[in-house]
Amino acid sequence: MRVLAAMSGGVDSAVAAARAVDAGHDVTGVHLALSKSPDSHRTGARGCCTVEDARDARRAADVLGIPFYVWDLADRFEHDVIDEFVAAYEAGRTPNPCVRCNERIKFAAVLERALALGFDAVVTGHHAQLSGAVLRRSVDPGKDQSYVLGTLRPDQLAHAIFPLGDTTKTEVRAEAARRGLAVADKPDSHDICFIADGDTGRWLRDRLGTQPGPVVDAATGETLAEHDGAFAFTIGQRRGLRLGRPAPDGRPRYVLDISPVTRTVTVGPAEALDVSHLVADRAVWPYEGPVVCAAQVRAHGRAVPAIAEGVGDELRVTLDEPLRGTAPGQAVVLYDGDRVLGGGHVIRLGR
Amino acid sequence: MTYLDHAATTPMRPEAVAAYNAALADGGNASSLHASGRRARRVVEESREALAAALRARPSEVVFTAGGTESDNLAIKGLYWARRAAEPRRHRVLVSAVEHRAILDAVIWLAEAQDAQVELLPVDATGMVRPDALAAAIARDPDSVALVSVMWANNEVGTVSPIAELAAVAHRYGIAFHTDAVQAVGSIPVSFEDSGADALTVSAHKLGGPIGMGALLVRRGLTLAPLTHGGGQERDVRSGTLDTPGVAAFAAAASAAVAEQPVESVRLAALRDGLVARVLAAVPGAVANGAPAGPGSLPGIAHLTFPGCEGDSLLLLLDAHGIECSTGSACSAGVAQPSHVLLAMGVDEARARGSLRFSLGRTSTASDVDALIRVIAPVVDRARRAGALAGLSGG
Repeated sequence: MRVLAAMSGGVDSAVAAARAVDAGHDVTGVHLALSKSPDSHRTGARGCCTVEDARDARRAADVLGIPFYVWDLADRFEHDVIDEFVAAYEAGRTPNPCVRCNERIKFAAVLERALALGFDAVVTGHHAQLSGAVLRRSVDPGKDQSYVLGTLRPDQLAHAIFPLGDTTKTEVRAEAARRGLAVADKPDSHDICFIADGDTGRWLRDRLGTQPGPVVDAATGETLAEHDGAFAFTIGQRRGLRLGRPAPDGRPRYVLDISPVTRTVTVGPAEALDVSHLVADRAVWPYEGPVVCAAQVRAHGRAVPAIAEGVGDELRVTLDEPLRGTAPGQAVVLYDGDRVLGGGHVIRLGR
Repeated sequence: MTYLDHAATTPMRPEAVAAYNAALADGGNASSLHASGRRARRVVEESREALAAALRARPSEVVFTAGGTESDNLAIKGLYWARRAAEPRRHRVLVSAVEHRAILDAVIWLAEAQDAQVELLPVDATGMVRPDALAAAIARDPDSVALVSVMWANNEVGTVSPIAELAAVAHRYGIAFHTDAVQAVGSIPVSFEDSGADALTVSAHKLGGPIGMGALLVRRGLTLAPLTHGGGQERDVRSGTLDTPGVAAFAAAASAAVAEQPVESVRLAALRDGLVARVLAAVPGAVANGAPAGPGSLPGIAHLTFPGCEGDSLLLLLDAHGIECSTGSACSAGVAQPSHVLLAMGVDEARARGSLRFSLGRTSTASDVDALIRVIAPVVDRARRAGALAGLSGG
């Protein structure tokens, strides 16, 4: 097959490309330039779109002896991922930009262009197993990335290759070293690639300005503090609330709700975060009737037993045990054991 | 493999390799006073004379550098600093809008860091700078101009500008004139003396010499401030131990290229004209850019726009078929930018992005053109399908 290897400059995508070469594919490497001003993004090895990362990717491609190009997707990324990220926070939701990037960039814009250019598939270094049309968790539970791929449609997965799902991260690094890939020791990337210092609140404040509003106690309705932007909070957040004084019962308080219209941030006790059911839209869910499964709402969160059912365009998920810290905007991915059944985007919660 | 990127770099000529190897084996520092130094010095000076003869310059006018970029920087900054120091009111720098980045980035730096006022001279739809455009720009305030630089022939579309006329315009106002002749030397007749230019950039690896070698021809009596300080080996404006093998190979290549130029340019022009005609016939909608074939264009360059395509889709697909060519200039992250040359010629951004340069050189043959013609139509078809996808810009 003619395959396009998306090469971030990191160790995973380099080894994934190497394995695609070993598998006998005709491999071409591409680095996706996602930033309009590469220097302003995170420097060093932590991000995914710096000039240095592009060089690392090129160097790996040279070692593998494959052609290498840089594709400029900065406009598309800005529009489909960054703007959407800002809009979601502004609307009081908690987006996952990695899920979005996979849905709209890597397995949409890049895949479509690859197919048009005569490639058969896109190879990435995601830690997940894909065989036939079945997506499964990586054998490395600490590095499993099936969650951020869990909302991809079957037609997207049909042209995806994830060569690393059967290998732990430690083994991937060792293999990179054996293959002479200089990125073997490059640190893992974390957080959000387009927020250079990892301070999402400040990044949003820079974009949105200050939008002051009250922090309100859920039980008493009392205003506990003023904030300068509801967008800087996420549901389930405990740190950084700056309430000044402890709750009367001395227990920690968490963000329970964010109302963008009134700019009100509501806080309360942990158990008030417990969600018993949720509703998702834009679902990938090919099943009829209720399905017994496990639901996961964060990249490295726990999956809890659940029953999911498609109703119209919506996916309704009833949780057997409460799931703490779920927020609208997150993806919910449903598993049967290590197998991904499908998923969607949370729009409503029930407590 | 079909190499159609000679304007990026062209293989070293056998004469140059021989001269390079001979000088490498000899060794010696051309600044030393002992026998080894004298031997190296002789190689350097004979090479200087040969290069000067090839370019119709005096040997004393040749300043060896490490390449075209250094020569351009030395000319731009050296002329600006020297003139501004003598006459502080001269802060305007006039360069054409289609210059190589070695000129453009140097003048942008002068503007940002040195208080220069940079004005980009417009070009016509073929990429040529008209003498009246230069005259008009100077006439707005003649006494404030520090220097003028216009490339002899454009590296992307191959259009030749009327250098002697442009230099004469600058001289009418007492302004020094530099020209970047990197693409011109060896391709078309270049006479430093007849051009009237005060400084001229030439690079070795574009004419069959080694990479990392170049020269700035500097008219006698012209004051240049140095970029680098040290031994002052080259006329006190360029310091650093001379690369004797590089100098020898450069001169050998330039002598051979200039000697063959009258015959070779006819051969290349015929190949190029065939390439353009056959691509236009094979690909509906394709457009040739630059000046029409003739003395106003470099014989080895074909520049074509394929509407509806991304240039780097074309590049990727041609590369997969073993055809090597290029788009325009690349930025630091390797992201393809629309060519500033085409934009200056009035081409819109989408079309500028869908353009390719095929450049022929000494080792090019009819079979190279045949190889391109065999694949170009299906490649453009496929690139158009990819280009039709909405929203995917640039890349």
